[in-house]
Amino acid sequence: MLKIAKERLNELYGKIAQTQGLFIPVKKAGEVNYAIWGEGKEVSLETLKTVKSPKNMFFPQTENMMKFKTEGKNIDIIDMRDEKRPYVLFGVKACDYKAIEVLDKVFLADPVDTFYKARREATTIVTLACSRPEESCFCSVFGIDATAPAGDVTVWLDNENLYWQSNTEKGEALTAAVKELFTDGGEAEVEAQKAATKEILQKLPFAALDLSRFKPENLNELFDDPAWEELSEACLGCGTCTFVCPTCQCFDIRDFKTNDGILRYRCWDSCMYSDFTLMAHGNSRTTQMQRYRQRFMHKLVYYPSQNDGLYSCVGCGRCVNKCPQHLNIVKVIKTLGGKNDD
Amino acid sequence: MIEETLIPKVGVVTDIRKDTPDVKTFRVVGTDGKKLFEHMPGQCAMVSVPGVGECMFSITSSPTNQEFMEFSIKKCGCVTEVLHAMEVGQQITVRGPYGRNFPVEEDFKGKDLLFIAGGIGLAPLRSVINYVRHYRENYGKVVIVYGARSADDLVDFEEIKTEWKNEPNFEVYLTIDRPQEGWDDHVGFVPSYVKELGLDSNMTAVLCGPPIMIKFTLQGLLELGFEKSRVYTTLELRMKCGVGKCGRCNVGDKFVCKDGPVFRMDQLDELPDEY
Ligand SMILES: Cc1cc2nc3c(=O)[nH]c(=O)nc-3n(C[C@H](O)[C@H](O)[C@H](O)COP(=O)(O)OP(=O)(O)OC[C@H]3O[C@@H](n4cnc5c(N)ncnc54)[C@H](O)[C@@H]3O)c2cc1C
Ligand code: SF4
Ligand code: SF4
Ligand code: FES
Repeated sequence: MLKIAKERLNELYGKIAQTQGLFIPVKKAGEVNYAIWGEGKEVSLETLKTVKSPKNMFFPQTENMMKFKTEGKNIDIIDMRDEKRPYVLFGVKACDYKAIEVLDKVFLADPVDTFYKARREATTIVTLACSRPEESCFCSVFGIDATAPAGDVTVWLDNENLYWQSNTEKGEALTAAVKELFTDGGEAEVEAQKAATKEILQKLPFAALDLSRFKPENLNELFDDPAWEELSEACLGCGTCTFVCPTCQCFDIRDFKTNDGILRYRCWDSCMYSDFTLMAHGNSRTTQMQRYRQRFMHKLVYYPSQNDGLYSCVGCGRCVNKCPQHLNIVKVIKTLGGKNDD
Repeated sequence: MIEETLIPKVGVVTDIRKDTPDVKTFRVVGTDGKKLFEHMPGQCAMVSVPGVGECMFSITSSPTNQEFMEFSIKKCGCVTEVLHAMEVGQQITVRGPYGRNFPVEEDFKGKDLLFIAGGIGLAPLRSVINYVRHYRENYGKVVIVYGARSADDLVDFEEIKTEWKNEPNFEVYLTIDRPQEGWDDHVGFVPSYVKELGLDSNMTAVLCGPPIMIKFTLQGLLELGFEKSRVYTTLELRMKCGVGKCGRCNVGDKFVCKDGPVFRMDQLDELPDEY
């Protein structure tokens, strides 16, 4: 393990930024989001829930895919995929890192999404262990250890130092590039922090949520549960919960006419919207209850059923904090998760 | 460059046939004059008019056709209107093939086959039927029941009259909703016609058409003694990516684009009722 004094972090960022792009939580206009680092930017590593999750780095809110040039009856397709510059994503929390795993299973499944893959491969991810989990956090319910996230490099931060441990080949390469700034040590401090954080995690208000009923064999029973009506009653269908969610993956593909040809881009979409499933001859989900149910059934039952039990919620708590109607997945789990059918 | 399924190929429309007042069949090849890609019966492709949008259509031609691909397209919205206004020689884009095909090389082999279609539902079936005709010796008797609103709404009527009706061991039953001058075949809805025909319940059945027709025809088949595990259909949900990533066509733990569009009725029973 390596360590560097907290006051010298700017040197570390500068060193990384010499050779590749560095994305890090930065405070701007009162909001913290991952942004490119530069001298004078206000880095806020401690912010647990950036407004946008780091999924934006691999699966951007909008992304240009290709261009069409048309002339008479002819069409020319211009591939807009370019070589991605390597970059470092720094400060990813355990929940958000797990969310990248959830997205990988979608975008890297055959046929591979090459837009996503190119960004993913070009990135070295430095995760940051949590030491001050918040009341809306419930990652541990999904078996995530916030004190020791995976990633190419894992770092821990206390009042004096940042501790650095590389886990992968990519991590080793990054370590080699910055090693001169570090000294050895920190094991004891990290162990102490882990133990202290685990105590806090255990006492969080949502730490004991029961997921036992969310199993593939209960799919239809859960789908038909009358509780969805009441759970979803206040939902506005605004889509906020899907946009802030690090695992929500739904997208739209759209065309836009420019002065220089037709641009085809993709953008985040939301199963909470009424036109998401609208067709010429009807709509398979006509009520907000059905759309609300879709979002949570997908996270807690459908996705795990397709992916060996892996949930597509990581307990980041963003939807808990952001829903204007105070609806969220915690209420769904409390209502439906623990009822046993026997 | 690395292959990317969301980036389509350019296709050229080489023929447009008006089948009914609102259905046209488009013949498409690549810019090199060859078929764009291979497929199996029941698979679909994303066809697009750049600047307007992209839509999923069944590839209605049989894979045994080595020269071109065909799509039978009903006019019902933005993209399909532009397609209908198109002239021969126009380029479009196509990507695919997507989805699971009918089990023509597995469960269908050696079986007597019953095809029931309503309206544009013939599009996916035409591919299977012509495939079966091509490999005739691999399959038993073929019974086709096809209905539409009126005689003018029967898609591919010429092929049905001149080719299917004359195929050995093929029985073709046509029906239209209301009596019409010059029509001396059956009149009535598909579900009731199916019951009247008293079909042999040992056949493997394939059903395609509007949801309401499927629902009532299935009921009829079950009454006749057909087993759900021997009845196939296709689902139609809104689609964008075609490869199980955009989330749009999700029903229960299935993506219709990737795990369908072909499903057996007993498989549909396991899905939540949301399609
Ligand atoms: C697996 C599959 C196979 C299909 N095969 C055929 C076929 O062989 N022949 C045929 O005529 N039609 C077929 N359809 C339906 C066809 O995709 C729609 O009619 C078409 O998308 C309508 O597009 P539009 O832009 O003209 O209509 P609009 O109503 O303007 O479309 C708006 C949006 O809704 C979507 N949409 C509208 N209707 C449907 C629909 N019924 N299904 C899916 N998305 C829809 C469109 O993609 C578009 O993005 C199939 C659909 C699916 C899912
Ligand atoms: S659950 Fe809340 S955040 Fe999500 S769409 Fe409904 S109102 Fe918006
Ligand atoms: S559903 Fe809510 S708590 Fe779960 S990962 Fe998404 S935003 Fe976070
Ligand atoms: S069309 Fe995108 S998931 Fe099926």
